[in-house]
Amino acid sequence: MRIPLSALVGMFLTASFVFMAVFAQLLAPYPIDSAVGGVWEGPSATHWLGTDTIGRDIFSRLIYGGQITIFVALASSLLAFSTGAFLGFLAAVRGGWVDQVLSRAVDLVMAIPSLIVALVVLSVLPLNLTVLILVIGLLDSTRVFRLSRAVAVDIAVMDYVEAAKLRGERQSWVIFREILPNALTPLVAEFGLRFIFAVLFISTLSFLGLGIQPPLADWGGMVKENKDGLIYGKSAAMMPAMAIAALAISVNLVADWVLSRTSSLKGGRGA
Amino acid sequence: MPDPAVGSLLEFKDLRIEATAYPPGEPPRHLLLVDGVSVAVERGQVLGLIGESGAGKSTIGLSAMAYGRGGVRLTGGQIVLNGREIRNADAGGLRALRGREVTYVSQSAAASFNPAKRLMEQVIETSVSHGVMTKNQAGARAVDLFRQLGLPDPESFGLRYPHQVSGGQLQRAMTAMALCPRPDLVIFDEPTTALDVTTQIEVLAAIKLAIAQTGVAALYITHDLAVVAQVADHILVLRHGRKVEYGTTDQIINDPREEYTRALVSVRSIQHAEKAEAPPVLTVANVTARYRGTTFDVLKNVNLAVAPGQTLAIVGESGSGKSTLARVITGLLPAATGRITFAGRTLSGDLAGRSKDDLRELQMIYQMADTAMNPRQTVGTIIGRPLEFYFGLKGEARRKRVQDLLDQIEMGKGYIDRYPAELSGGQKQRVCIARALAAEPRLIICDEVTSALDPLVADGILKLLLNLQAEAKVAYLFITHDIATVRAIADRIAVMFKGQVVRYGPKSDVLAPPFDDYTDLLLSSVPEMRLGWLEEVIAGRKMESAGN
Repeated sequence: MRIPLSALVGMFLTASFVFMAVFAQLLAPYPIDSAVGGVWEGPSATHWLGTDTIGRDIFSRLIYGGQITIFVALASSLLAFSTGAFLGFLAAVRGGWVDQVLSRAVDLVMAIPSLIVALVVLSVLPLNLTVLILVIGLLDSTRVFRLSRAVAVDIAVMDYVEAAKLRGERQSWVIFREILPNALTPLVAEFGLRFIFAVLFISTLSFLGLGIQPPLADWGGMVKENKDGLIYGKSAAMMPAMAIAALAISVNLVADWVLSRTSSLKGGRGA
Repeated sequence: MPDPAVGSLLEFKDLRIEATAYPPGEPPRHLLLVDGVSVAVERGQVLGLIGESGAGKSTIGLSAMAYGRGGVRLTGGQIVLNGREIRNADAGGLRALRGREVTYVSQSAAASFNPAKRLMEQVIETSVSHGVMTKNQAGARAVDLFRQLGLPDPESFGLRYPHQVSGGQLQRAMTAMALCPRPDLVIFDEPTTALDVTTQIEVLAAIKLAIAQTGVAALYITHDLAVVAQVADHILVLRHGRKVEYGTTDQIINDPREEYTRALVSVRSIQHAEKAEAPPVLTVANVTARYRGTTFDVLKNVNLAVAPGQTLAIVGESGSGKSTLARVITGLLPAATGRITFAGRTLSGDLAGRSKDDLRELQMIYQMADTAMNPRQTVGTIIGRPLEFYFGLKGEARRKRVQDLLDQIEMGKGYIDRYPAELSGGQKQRVCIARALAAEPRLIICDEVTSALDPLVADGILKLLLNLQAEAKVAYLFITHDIATVRAIADRIAVMFKGQVVRYGPKSDVLAPPFDDYTDLLLSSVPEMRLGWLEEVIAGRKMESAGN
């Protein structure tokens, strides 16, 4: 099996981001929240990416910020996928009123822009990581629901699903053993995209002040802290912004490759 | 124009056709589709191309107009049409020949017509665009052709849209489209395969008559030797892209020289002695059924019985309610009225109300083995699941029993860890049979289990089913539209028509006169493997209608 260069690059970059996030405490040259230099210094040998609005090392904050950003995005995507996919499959298999209730509820949530819902909910609830993950995860699960329901509806009419029902199999067998393995590839590809949307969403929320709270660093929040520097031609705000873009692109490169390997429902080994 | 008196109309010399396949996630694979085939078609003659799927029939057929479907390349040899080599013709040359000298009739007319345009517009399109005729001339010719092809109201038939005519009529309209520009050669690519037998014979007769009257030459592609025997002058037998045997139709049918051709000719020759009547294992009493939200009865007062270890064949054309009956018996569609008794128990109408034993003892095999098996499960899991589910077999015991079943379906070792995609069509269907057997059922419902398979493979499956019946004493409810299959394996037969059982009884009674009208039509429509069969049937029908 040959992996295209773009996917290799994507995998390498994604892996390095994850590596940095996991070992942030060992890798970061400076602590996350102490001023170690002048305000908005440019990149130098001591501060590779320069310093921020109050003289903290941007490179160190990026590494720590990546830890939180990636953790929250990953956790909320996992939440979105487990609830969304399960409910989507259930709606497809059960049909009838179960499908109607779930699908209309999802329509209702999707009818309101996610950002507005998130802003309203987050301004009412206490601001902590758990709440953030729950809100992003549940909002995202509506998209996953739609996709997995659509995929599962196609699979649910296959003769092998009927054969399982005729055998007397329980619903959980039909969902997890007959449908899930055949829906996995499109879902994995979608996972990559959802993960990136979660990263962007967290960054947006933090930029608006409702995401991750100081002194914790995250990339969206760092853009916010340093945005005033842009007026004076300082590069500080560009660094976290570029990190967001780089992560988005590298994960997408991998997701594209997974999607191109989707051999639809014909199956076979691997995939 | 080259001199028409010289040489054959079309000649393939050492034709070689290749393609590259791009399986997802794997390196591209090079395929040799046609290897060194040489054959000629004379003017006004019909050459039949026959072989199983993958033999290269359609690929050769399309190469007669120097066309290769997606990724297919004509890489070697010569294709000489009307004295000139066309394999390497330029785009202008191809445009001039396609739809003018050579035309094409596809298997599915329904998928080939533009649903938004009237038939006439599409039938005369190529004739007009090639400048062969004016619109009026082409229209007049189309009406003539409609008449020749026996279409209703030839004058106004062309004003209809594709959805306003039947499948058989549409196939004939497509033939008219192909014949309209007075081509030298028409390629018929399985033109009757998708039709019911009773419709197939009409279309076949119409095509044969039209070929005779217009004097056009034809390539007739099919997998059914009995069909091609009715229309072809010569037959080329193909296998794996190579020539097996070429000869006159008479020679191929009556004196085949190659082993493979002999096997094709003698297909459907299974003999099966009818078993004596016995108390039934399954009775269907006064069953009427309709789909939810409709008011139309798909099944009307159906009464049937199946004896243990015997085969009841349900015959009828599409839409007759055969498969609906299977859904009612399996509990997927609860009957509106009536009663189903199985092994002495009254079966609950819907699936949820049935016991595990009810489910286990009533198994089902599907038409498309491809979609009947989860592509992400291995053969071992597919066959092993019923063993685990019904009998609690696990681990080594389960694996051993799976291997026993594989031996029983004559597949042997080396398959247990394969995925369905790594099996041939016949092997897939065998695995489905093993899955049904694993439950140790009393009755297996077989829904058109051989109709998606090549004749030789289908024969193998039927023999296997008969052997298994003798060993395991399992009863079959065998749903099919193919009378030849019924002759081969049934003990009793029920003929269905529009949701009703119109004829029911032991095979010897049902297949012996006096017939009701429908059974007569059905029986006489099944192509027989001999020359002149089509003429006899058509003559017989004309006399009948003249007598009325």
